[in-house]
Amino acid sequence: MSEQSTAPETTAVQAEPLEQAETQLQPIKWKFPITYLVLALMGLGFALLTPAGAETEFRSSTGNEFISIPAVIVPSQASTLMLSIALLLLAGLSLFCAGRRIRLGIWHPLLFGLLFVLTFLIYAGAGRGAVIPMITLLSGTLMLSVPLIFGAMCGLVGERSGIINIAIEGQLLAGAFLAAVAASFFTSAYVGLLAAPFAGAAVGGLLVWFAVKYHVNQIIVGVVLNVLVIGLTSFLYSTVLSENPEVWNARQQLPRIEIPVLSQIPIIGPVMFNQTILVYLMYVIVIALQILLFRSRWGLRIRAVGEHPKAADTVGINVPRTRVINTILAGSIAGLGGAYFTVGQGLAFGQEMSAGQGFIALAAMILGRWNPKGALFAALLFGFSTSVGQTLSTIGTPVPSEILLMLPYVITIFAVAGFVGRVRPPAAEGVPYVK
Amino acid sequence: MKLELQGVTKRFGTFTANDRIDLSVEPGEIHALLGENGAGKSTLMNTIYGLYSPDEGQILLDDQPVDFTGPGDAVRAGIGMVHQHFMLIPVFSVTESVMLGYEPTKGPGMIDFAEARQRVRDISAQFGFDVDLDAKIEDLPVGAQQRVEIIKALSRNAKILILDEPTAVLTPQETDELIAIMRQLKEAGTSILFITHKLREVRAIADKITVIRRGAVVGEATPESTETELASLMVGREVSLTTEKEPATPEDTSFEVEDLTVLSPTGKVMLDEVSLSMRRGEILCVAGVDGNGQTELTEAILGVQEAASGSIRLDGQDLKGLSVKQRINAGIGFVPEDRSTDGVIAGFSITENFVLDQYDQRPYSNGVAMRHDVMRADAQEQTARFDVRMGTVDDPISTLSGGNQQKVVLAREMSRNIRLFVASQPTRGLDVGSIEFVHRSIIEERDKGTPCLIVSTELDEVINLADRIAVMYRGRIVGIVDGDTDRDVLGLMLAGVPADEAKIQAAQHQTALGEADEIADEEAPA
Repeated sequence: MSEQSTAPETTAVQAEPLEQAETQLQPIKWKFPITYLVLALMGLGFALLTPAGAETEFRSSTGNEFISIPAVIVPSQASTLMLSIALLLLAGLSLFCAGRRIRLGIWHPLLFGLLFVLTFLIYAGAGRGAVIPMITLLSGTLMLSVPLIFGAMCGLVGERSGIINIAIEGQLLAGAFLAAVAASFFTSAYVGLLAAPFAGAAVGGLLVWFAVKYHVNQIIVGVVLNVLVIGLTSFLYSTVLSENPEVWNARQQLPRIEIPVLSQIPIIGPVMFNQTILVYLMYVIVIALQILLFRSRWGLRIRAVGEHPKAADTVGINVPRTRVINTILAGSIAGLGGAYFTVGQGLAFGQEMSAGQGFIALAAMILGRWNPKGALFAALLFGFSTSVGQTLSTIGTPVPSEILLMLPYVITIFAVAGFVGRVRPPAAEGVPYVK
Repeated sequence: MKLELQGVTKRFGTFTANDRIDLSVEPGEIHALLGENGAGKSTLMNTIYGLYSPDEGQILLDDQPVDFTGPGDAVRAGIGMVHQHFMLIPVFSVTESVMLGYEPTKGPGMIDFAEARQRVRDISAQFGFDVDLDAKIEDLPVGAQQRVEIIKALSRNAKILILDEPTAVLTPQETDELIAIMRQLKEAGTSILFITHKLREVRAIADKITVIRRGAVVGEATPESTETELASLMVGREVSLTTEKEPATPEDTSFEVEDLTVLSPTGKVMLDEVSLSMRRGEILCVAGVDGNGQTELTEAILGVQEAASGSIRLDGQDLKGLSVKQRINAGIGFVPEDRSTDGVIAGFSITENFVLDQYDQRPYSNGVAMRHDVMRADAQEQTARFDVRMGTVDDPISTLSGGNQQKVVLAREMSRNIRLFVASQPTRGLDVGSIEFVHRSIIEERDKGTPCLIVSTELDEVINLADRIAVMYRGRIVGIVDGDTDRDVLGLMLAGVPADEAKIQAAQHQTALGEADEIADEEAPA
């Protein structure tokens, strides 16, 4: 190599760590502070609309707990005003911190959400003579969340292995149908509960068969399966089930099992521990999935298959088999969730009774970023907003209940549009694995 | 362990990827498999590793025939493989990546993380690797990812290690470390089969060399063979490894980039206040390990990526705010990095691909309709000039080889009057003949007075083409140096060492490849 003859322009640049530069250059995200500000102003609006001199009563006790929490009566206008000032302060804090690139902890959105909901409840219940039944509100939340949680768990197990499951809706409906029919025929709700997973698994089996064996677009198969299940159950409902409802579609209900001691804890006791076995099963499934997905061999392998199937293959993991087994397993979880619509609530089967819950479950899974824990909270959020809508419409509020019932869907749109930040699905989901 | 292949044949449809391959790797031997892109090296490796099963012939381990139904079998038999594209899961930690598939468990299927970490630690200690057990793969530099792959193979007690193009993504210094690791493994009795198309490495590392061409073994060689001998064996004819070119006669400055910053969609700084200026009639090569901002630089110039700040000026015209189309019409010729996804549309005919960025311009369009006769005539003329081997210009471009597809792209970009030529990895995946042709075309374009900005991760290509070299590291230009800068200096700069310091360091320590360079220089006919 010859020495360089003409002196080149040598620009020596300090190679300083890139992370440092990042914090300076990242554009400031204003969407969250602005959203907080809008919501805080809405809160202020509620406060101003609250009639002067009115009172709001909260009741959070059923009388069966260790300590009976007395009903709380608050002066409506004063408390909404104070709460909305707190909301404005929180929004201001968020604006201030965003401008200085300071990250706020998780406590901020949680506190904000809590105060906002309180403001709204106080406003809605002001001076109507009616009480806000907190227990009803919360147990309603759990009830409405059950199918969502089961559905979201089904979705995330499938998607972690790389199979997109749009057919959760169909799986819930199939589970509801088979649970009702089996329970009615054998006149035992428990038989229905045992049968339901098979219906969900069958739908999952069809999905994964087309997806893995024939590499069909998974979204299309999912949509078609939904239509198939709706068609099939509606047909059977209007023929066999309607002709002989005593045999095929008689109501059966899973009994409530009150867990001693736990069920007497104030507030959460009556809400969480006076439920059917199906709900207890749900607790177990969520906790088990959360642990297994990240700490077990099964979890490690299923995630590997969903992220980088070829890498999994090179270490001897059977990619198609992993996907087939886990999608079917996931289907059975959704099927179980479907049982909640019928035997879980003691209802007979009705046409299309899953009513789009499968799609909300899908949104809960995305909002929860494919984590059992996250999906659980997302599902509870959806359940809560529906529950607020239902509770308030019974006590009669100034806000039309239809608007309130819209809430879960509005949240869904924001969730799916990625408003909650960068969501990162498993890298290989929806991609057929071809060697 | 001894690995032997006897008459291994693998066909895909009518195409024979491997034709009666015989190969034998002795215990403790570093055996190089040398061949061009598309010669069938990777197919052979995948066959040995059990990803494919051979149509004919057999594989013997210690003289015992084996039959693998999948990589799991191969691993159990003691074969480890480090793929060219690492088989690592970006979101996994190092420990998770190493144990995947062979997880130590306790209780009902629960992973014994302590045991898994200990295993990784043991192997790292044994070979002196320095890895962070909890680092996520995606946060590691490629050199470290490769070490994770090697640990992965060793943790499964690999007696035969296959390395597929292991140096493709490494700087010369990292390559040096890899060579040291390979020698250490050899000492420990591991047989190593490594695949490459880089002549220099082969001579620096291998004990024995097998050359394959078009799926068949064409000869064996020793590290003492000269590069020219190896090259002609590999390509099948005499080849010149360097392209003849006159010294550049740069004219006035015509293209300037100033303080250009590009952010990724997530707000990461991909390009950090990069400035460079180019004169008419010179080739500026941008060297850098993949993913250090080169892609963002070229895409920001074309306008595919939006610049967060900074300016780009071509012949005094500020390109800011111009659309991609306006920039192309302003005279930018652009060869994208990934030919198959961004360079051509596979289902379109050669003619259609030829006019892809000019279909609505005169003479190909009269403002309302396209003029197919003009398009065809031009496509015919230009593809002939660029020596595209094809049936007719109406055939789908997917019927052409990679090299010929790239020539069509070059014909498209260079047949216009361009004022700036930008090419990203112009010879990636091409055979030697096509590489020569592409290089000559670029030099011709330079001699016409066009500034040429060539991004390449291959140092050989950079050294061959460049009049000046800009080295990029983590989104910044580490330095701009002369075209004949020493390989070791460039290597250090690729790792972020500023130019002046790199020269001092390189003088103190020469890498195996740098040494090979000198030998090659001596051997080269004066």
